[in-house]
Amino acid sequence: MDKFTQLTGIAAPMPLVNIDTDMIIPKQYLKTIKRTGLGIHLFDEMRYTLDGAETPDFILNQPAYREAEILIAGDNFGCGSSREHAPWALLDFGIRCVISTSFADIFYNNCFKNGILPVVLPQEAVDILMDDASKGANARISVDLETQTVTSSDGQVFEFEVDPFKKHCLMNGLDDIGLTLEKVSAIDAFEATAQTRFPWA
Amino acid sequence: MTAPTTLYDKIWDAHLVENAADGTALLYIDRHLVHEVTSPQAFEGLRLAGRTVRCPEKTIAVPDHNVPTTEGREKGIENEESRIQVDELDKNARDFGIHYYPVSDIRQGIVHIIGPEQGWTLPGMTIVCGDSHTATHGAFGALAHGIGTSEVEHVLATQTLIQRKAKNMKVEISGKLPPWVTAKDITLSVIGATGTAGGTGHVIEYCGEAIRELSMEGRMTVCNMAIEGGARAGLIAPDEKTFAYVKGRPHAPKGAAWEAAMAWWKTLKSDDGAHWDKVVTIRAEDIAPVVTWGTSPEDVLPITADVPDPASFPGGKAGAAKRSLDYMGLKPGMKLTDIAIDAVFIGSCTNGRIEDLRAAAGVLRGRRLAPGVRGMVVPGSGLVRAQAEEEGLAQVFLDAGFEWRLAGCSMCLGMNPDQLAPGERCAATSNRNFEGRMGRGGRTHLMSPVMAAAAGVTGRLTDIRELMTAPADA
Ligand code: SF4
Repeated sequence: MDKFTQLTGIAAPMPLVNIDTDMIIPKQYLKTIKRTGLGIHLFDEMRYTLDGAETPDFILNQPAYREAEILIAGDNFGCGSSREHAPWALLDFGIRCVISTSFADIFYNNCFKNGILPVVLPQEAVDILMDDASKGANARISVDLETQTVTSSDGQVFEFEVDPFKKHCLMNGLDDIGLTLEKVSAIDAFEATAQTRFPWA
Repeated sequence: MTAPTTLYDKIWDAHLVENAADGTALLYIDRHLVHEVTSPQAFEGLRLAGRTVRCPEKTIAVPDHNVPTTEGREKGIENEESRIQVDELDKNARDFGIHYYPVSDIRQGIVHIIGPEQGWTLPGMTIVCGDSHTATHGAFGALAHGIGTSEVEHVLATQTLIQRKAKNMKVEISGKLPPWVTAKDITLSVIGATGTAGGTGHVIEYCGEAIRELSMEGRMTVCNMAIEGGARAGLIAPDEKTFAYVKGRPHAPKGAAWEAAMAWWKTLKSDDGAHWDKVVTIRAEDIAPVVTWGTSPEDVLPITADVPDPASFPGGKAGAAKRSLDYMGLKPGMKLTDIAIDAVFIGSCTNGRIEDLRAAAGVLRGRRLAPGVRGMVVPGSGLVRAQAEEEGLAQVFLDAGFEWRLAGCSMCLGMNPDQLAPGERCAATSNRNFEGRMGRGGRTHLMSPVMAAAAGVTGRLTDIRELMTAPADA
């Protein structure tokens, strides 16, 4: 997993609420056996017409936002199914940070496992950043995980909260598996006890 | 004296490898079930990192979501992407030495049906699968829930899961169910009462006389839909019925191990005075045969009701109800029993077990599908299918005009060719009525197997109680 420490980039405004995982990546793309390559299908139904042409007014099709690395989105982003294909598609497109007033639980967790930082900020802050992002490619927004701050293009700073364990993993690019494997002796010990307690399991 | 605890507390405590001060726990996993859609990337991750499966003997894989349900499928799946996904599972199972039931094996079926059937699912265990309906296994008093693909990889590599403990919720169904009211009506009615977010952040334990009275199949139906109520897991304390179901299954303990297991299993119940964060009580007598009318499992009403008026819903829900009715092509105020259907689907991990097929066949014996209605029965596993054939149920379905398919998820999610056409309306025994779930533009009404069979016979949503008191015309 790639580390996330600091990012300054173009932010695309998506003021829709309840952007669900089906919108992020529809079910016909769940047949893949890869984590990669889903970027072209990100927001498939909003992004393309039925014959596969780009929908010109969709935000990520506009010249200013084609290189966006940050999404500023409405409330309850990532609701719906548990498909990890949703963060995979975002990452594959190049999105490393999503800022919203709230996220669906599983999606939020899935982001951290894929090097994406989901940032929860109050409505007023999201509104300001949404306006900022609407200015186009010159309005670069900065996100700093170390200091837990988001800075708008004109220098306004917003602080955010993040679980210390998740922060640690993301900043160091650690995957949970690597960390858990450091505790392998505890797992060995558990298994040894279980072997006498629950020998049938 | 130790403080009284719930069944969930007990299973949780028995599986704690480590509990950090910040509430992050490492939980040991006894059984890991794997299917083809959510696992390829996890195995790829293992390979890239040079890791192995820690406990292949506790890992069980089966293809179910993508597989066609028509004969000849073991020769290869026509749809290329589906075929690759299933081939990949074949290869991963082989390479990592995990238990595997390919489509050519009679034991193949929906992952949540074959786990219990093969005796992998046992009381007091922790069970996970990259699939939200893992909650089904809670019927055995096992802590079972769905996980994401990164977590699948984590469990493969470490046999543990990083978790935070959920809250305890009790759902009590008191008294006795009226005739023709089934486990499906219980579980849908609970969601109707508590909403799709009613169980969010909780593990639900179902209890009460009506739950005790249910067969194991019925209990699985109830726990299966805990997730539709927002809870990650549903639980039912194991009892004599549980032990009788488990005993003699291929992977159940035998001899002295059985005795040792029983000694622990008998302690698996919530103590009097245990703390519940939330309690919901419903009288079984108040539950009617129900159907869903909208596109959320909480859009549920007794079959005797009318389609609701969106204006009657509070605040933000009015818009959602209107959108639902538009999608479903229904008008407020029409009787639910006036809704004509095009298709009947009997199957899925909710209602694809032998008891469900017996119940549906019981209604269909001597009756036929109404003209123009297509019916499909998809047994939950190859063994359920074989047993249904042996009991003569398959013939009943065929005589009634149904298609008799091979085991798999099938139309429940329409990832294989079994799909509804746009606008087609289906009486279904599955668990999700989302827009497009059974095929783009398809309309799903969730209900019990007897209600689905009844709808097939009359060609419209039907009160099973009325059909069964009317004389059968063959
Ligand atoms: S039958 Fe339906 S709900 Fe059950 S596992 Fe298969 S797709 Fe999921």
